[in-house]
Amino acid sequence: MARPKTLTRRGFLIGTTVVGGAVVFGSYLVARPQENPLAEDLGAQQATFNPWVRIGPDGITLITPHADLGQGTTHMQAILLAEEMDLELDQFTTAFGEPAAAYYNRGFAAEGAEVIAALTPLPADAVRGPMGAALKVAGLQGTGGSTAAADSFDKLRQAGASARETLKLAASQDTGVPVAQLSTARGAVVLPDGTRRAYTELAGAASALDPVQNVALRPASSWRLVGQPTERLDIRDKSTGRTVYGIDLVAEGMVHATVVTNPRRGPMRGYDAAAARDMPGVQGVVEVTNGLAVLADSTWRAFKAARAIDFDWGPAPYHAEQADHWAEIAASFTDDRLNATWRDDGDAGAADGDDLVEAEYRAPYVAHQPLEPLNALVTVTDERVEIAASHQLPRFVQRIAAGVTGHDPDQVRFDNQYAGGSFGHRLEFENIKLACEIANQRRGTPIKLTYTREEDFAQDFPRHIAMARGRGAVAQGEVRALDLQIAGAPVFASQGGRLGAASGGPDNQLGAGAYSAPYALPDFRVRGYAVPNLAPVSSWRSVGASFGGFFLETFLDELIHAAGADPIEERLRLIDDPVAHAVLSEAAEMAGWGRDPGPNRGLGVALVRSFGVDVAEIAEVEQTDAGLRIRKVWAVADPGPVIDPVNIENHIQGGVIWGMGHAMSCEITYADGMAQQSNYHQHAGMRLRQTPEIAVRVLQNRARIAGIGEPPVPPAPPALANAIFAATGTRLRAMPFDKTVTFA
Amino acid sequence: MKLTVNGTEHEVTADPDTPLLWVLRDELGLIGTKYGCGIAQCGACTVHLDGAAARACQLPIDSLEGADIVTIEGLAGDGDSLHPVQEAWIETQVAQCGYCQAGQIMQAAALLAEDPAPSDETIDATMSGNLCRCGTNVRIRQAIHLAADNMGT
Repeated sequence: MARPKTLTRRGFLIGTTVVGGAVVFGSYLVARPQENPLAEDLGAQQATFNPWVRIGPDGITLITPHADLGQGTTHMQAILLAEEMDLELDQFTTAFGEPAAAYYNRGFAAEGAEVIAALTPLPADAVRGPMGAALKVAGLQGTGGSTAAADSFDKLRQAGASARETLKLAASQDTGVPVAQLSTARGAVVLPDGTRRAYTELAGAASALDPVQNVALRPASSWRLVGQPTERLDIRDKSTGRTVYGIDLVAEGMVHATVVTNPRRGPMRGYDAAAARDMPGVQGVVEVTNGLAVLADSTWRAFKAARAIDFDWGPAPYHAEQADHWAEIAASFTDDRLNATWRDDGDAGAADGDDLVEAEYRAPYVAHQPLEPLNALVTVTDERVEIAASHQLPRFVQRIAAGVTGHDPDQVRFDNQYAGGSFGHRLEFENIKLACEIANQRRGTPIKLTYTREEDFAQDFPRHIAMARGRGAVAQGEVRALDLQIAGAPVFASQGGRLGAASGGPDNQLGAGAYSAPYALPDFRVRGYAVPNLAPVSSWRSVGASFGGFFLETFLDELIHAAGADPIEERLRLIDDPVAHAVLSEAAEMAGWGRDPGPNRGLGVALVRSFGVDVAEIAEVEQTDAGLRIRKVWAVADPGPVIDPVNIENHIQGGVIWGMGHAMSCEITYADGMAQQSNYHQHAGMRLRQTPEIAVRVLQNRARIAGIGEPPVPPAPPALANAIFAATGTRLRAMPFDKTVTFA
Repeated sequence: MKLTVNGTEHEVTADPDTPLLWVLRDELGLIGTKYGCGIAQCGACTVHLDGAAARACQLPIDSLEGADIVTIEGLAGDGDSLHPVQEAWIETQVAQCGYCQAGQIMQAAALLAEDPAPSDETIDATMSGNLCRCGTNVRIRQAIHLAADNMGT
């Protein structure tokens, strides 16, 4: 039986770096190495060479600070370290580590600068600056934007190599054998005579040395773990029920809690909790922001009592009815709501004449709803705040908790946990804030907050809603002009506003996935329009590209059809980049593009570049008597070097299912200011009976490594829509598709 | 009242209408069985009730006197060995976040106990009540076939 994890009380780390605010980016701050958080509580005979490696007589711990949301980052980070350290996968344990500036994400500087600029009070120019200097000074530790691999690939191999060479130096000094004659294997330094000196024995001596720096990295040809099929470190526990998630945590003396907050996200005007207070096991009903928390001696009793409360909810601070959301968006294609022009090649505005093609597209609000409901275990005392939960921005958790309880961020200890999915859901802080509010009213008592699924749905900040208007021209069998206007909720303003960052400014998630297309169209323009008065929204797996790719690739398909051209041939003609060209060619070859699929069947294709990664997907669908069936999907991606070939295939398959499943049947709509969907029967995504075979190939032509968590999602909806058109002649211009067609 | 879980009889004190899910998790510390939806729409809480797959969130404990309940913790029986379905799940590397997988494995094990060589259609029909938000669907199907092959030999 799995033993519930009980939190230990360890010392607190003292943070040294400021997040946000008026930071001066002097050269000293940029050059100075961040303090190693592992150095603070190092025991006797223990060594740490950098923030990712701790070795002592009792074993080796690798710190994997990127949040593991199911995407396998723990394993990815560990094998990068283990590769250069010559460790086998059973020779170490992993830990998420403390929140620390040392774990700042340099991957954000590459593909995610806009994300960070928009989400934090940091000046955008500083984020985009050379070497990600601002990120380092700010100590911005975060997991998101498919950046973990880009952040970790060189950094962690360098950390592993430095640890290895320092251990060799310790062995050399101890034995008198020159370093050049020492080798390493299986967690030990090996002397010329074959004698093995385990790292764990050398730690004490190595701890006295300055870590060896600037070690050359091993070539890919010598990798044992990286790029090879390996067994994911968490796969056994996840196949036996032993993995402990945040929702599984217990603490001595803890009280269970659940919350009910205004489903219109406005104030709570009144309530009657008398019946709930009298129910068995209930230990209190306390006010929290916009609602109430019920405390009880079990989760079930808290849930039951919460249902017995009558509330008087205030109105929504946005349009109460869904139709008004759409009307507001439709009225926003105006000069004064123009947010930014993201691409402007040639003269797309001049497209006119008999061959003009116009169409309008819609993407609804969609919920994140990972399967593990939001939760947090929080204890507040006068001296400190202890939080255990899963989160993508650990240092912001500290700051936000401190804001609730009145402590300093330094007094907030945060223990990250394996997440039961996220998809962007764990970038938000409502569960953290509310758990802190409850625990602050019961100082000294550990409070375990668990959301009901219904509360999680009601309070989910969904994917931003958007509408697009396409205008294009074709001539002589070719697509000549494409003008795409996208109007929707500015997601970064919404998300950043909740973090206290200045809102407004260009929001590239009203254009992402479209303006980044690797096409050399003579006239090509993408503009974004920011719409006010919409529901608060948040980043959802692949963010703006989740609909930007759909808008562009379905409209382009319409243009190609109008031109009488072949969807693959014409795209290949337009592509101006060899990486994207190879990706699309490979997908066409896999799918046998050009063959006759047979009666009632059709193939559709889409190619989207998002987060810097080109992904092509081809779907084959069949119109059956029972409805549409997706028979097979072929997916090709090129994220550059592959760290974990098994996981990447799993991830691309999952991205296809995520993208197509939500496009088929999912939306959040508002009535009387409240989300109308409350559980998975109204927002399921793709079930197994609807799931096609999904064949995956990964190319590695891209020079720099990039992430794969999000890029497989954006091509999925347009590939499916285009396939349905090929099979049935019906153009799908609004998600979810099941409003227009029937799926088996 | 008394509940028999994984071959052991437990005296439990929860209210009679409490769903088995919460007694397993909060009272018996068997946390492998997960809460996902509470309304039998996700299958994360799937256990075996007298050998058949059942949703623990829909089983008030006062209906379970004398029943034989098996959770993911008891699926493989005693010792360190794993159930063939778990072995297949590991070999196929099905899990991403893993939160739904205990329920998926319990559902698949019940299926294979009844039909040792299920077709894709049977797998799809039986497993569609188990929701994986990460989208490991393709690998779930693959792992069930692998487990069936391994159990047949």
